[in-house]
Amino acid sequence: MARLLDVLREELSLTGTKEGCGEGECGACAVLMNGAIVNSCLIPAIEADGADIRTIEGMAGGPQLHAVQEAFLECGGAQCGICTPGMVIAAVALIERHPHPGDAEIREGLAGNLCRCTGYQKIFAAVLRACESAGTNSRENR
Amino acid sequence: MRAYVPGYDLRVPGNLKEALGLIAREPGVWQPFAGGTDLMVLLEAGKLSHKRFLSLSKLADLRGIEVTSDAVNLGALTTYTEIQRHPLLQSEFHLLCAAARETGSIATQNRGTLGGNIVNASPAADSPPALLVYDAEIELISTRDAHWLPYHGFHAGYKKMQLAPDELLRAIRLPRRTKAWKQYYRKVGTRKAQAISKVCFAGAALLEAGTIRDIRIALGSVAPIVLRAVKTEDVLRGVKLTSKTITAAKETLAREISPIDDIRSTARYRLRVAQNLLEEFLSQLVR
Repeated sequence: MARLLDVLREELSLTGTKEGCGEGECGACAVLMNGAIVNSCLIPAIEADGADIRTIEGMAGGPQLHAVQEAFLECGGAQCGICTPGMVIAAVALIERHPHPGDAEIREGLAGNLCRCTGYQKIFAAVLRACESAGTNSRENR
Repeated sequence: MRAYVPGYDLRVPGNLKEALGLIAREPGVWQPFAGGTDLMVLLEAGKLSHKRFLSLSKLADLRGIEVTSDAVNLGALTTYTEIQRHPLLQSEFHLLCAAARETGSIATQNRGTLGGNIVNASPAADSPPALLVYDAEIELISTRDAHWLPYHGFHAGYKKMQLAPDELLRAIRLPRRTKAWKQYYRKVGTRKAQAISKVCFAGAALLEAGTIRDIRIALGSVAPIVLRAVKTEDVLRGVKLTSKTITAAKETLAREISPIDDIRSTARYRLRVAQNLLEEFLSQLVR
């Protein structure tokens, strides 16, 4: 058995996806699997056979960052960076379902992603900024 | 010590016949693997004795939500996300939707399954209290036969189930008999999201002119199994709610549950919270 996380990082050199806890608690290894957020540390790679997997590397459209990534930069939503790929993935998954999330929805949408640096406020602000400034951009970027 | 994951075997049968054949030929050897949100954690931590896993991911017979006039059948592989998004479950079985919404993170809810939650047999599982309140039935299937049994009684003791090594849980059936019942669900954990419960409470009651005609109550994290509080129900059935009957029910509940001190909470706290949740549920019935 191989974990999806290890195949992404070690076989495919997609090292943007991070390993934090390795037990599905921290969300650092989050990817989109057929459009739904999952923790790749808990997925046997064989179960991803035939699935559409989007990692953090696939969020930007070439040099043009995804609206969520832009907002993280503008709002200071990243510090050490370990949680950031998972946070961005969770924010994208949230906005795809709720283009105009309220505060409670943002907190719920990111509840599975832990950050030890920012205290979360700037991350929440970045999600709001992404929706305000370019809610529709996030779709065009893909 | 952490496990060496490549040392584990995962077989992915393409259909139910193949899967059942494999566990019939080598019973106990192959550990069924559904969403993996519990098993992968234990596996990676080196805490599983099994080395061989049977992925259920390709078994279409274990998927889907089917609504009939008198019941809802959920395939064992129905995820927490699918439960939350189903319109009929939202309107008639909101305890189950509430449980699904409070289980783990969204990433966990996208992978974790109702069948896995049952067969993992944790006394702290969040959906089983709702299933007990709805009087759920479950279908077990093997190469020998397929049969339905009441979910209440399936867990015989801590991590012990009425499940033979050659059987799989195929489906869960919820009878559509509780639409008119007043329903209550509350999970108490360390934090609002992604916490394993200290106490989890599900209750539903049918009232007639202020009298409890029927009632079902179930709790997680207060006994070796998720517990249906039948003695407390007996005290409440047929009575009008007064401060006296509520006190009597709380006293019965205290005798019926057996909470323990562990990493997440204490027996004393769990007892107090379980009684408070019962009182909150009953108070809301007459409001």
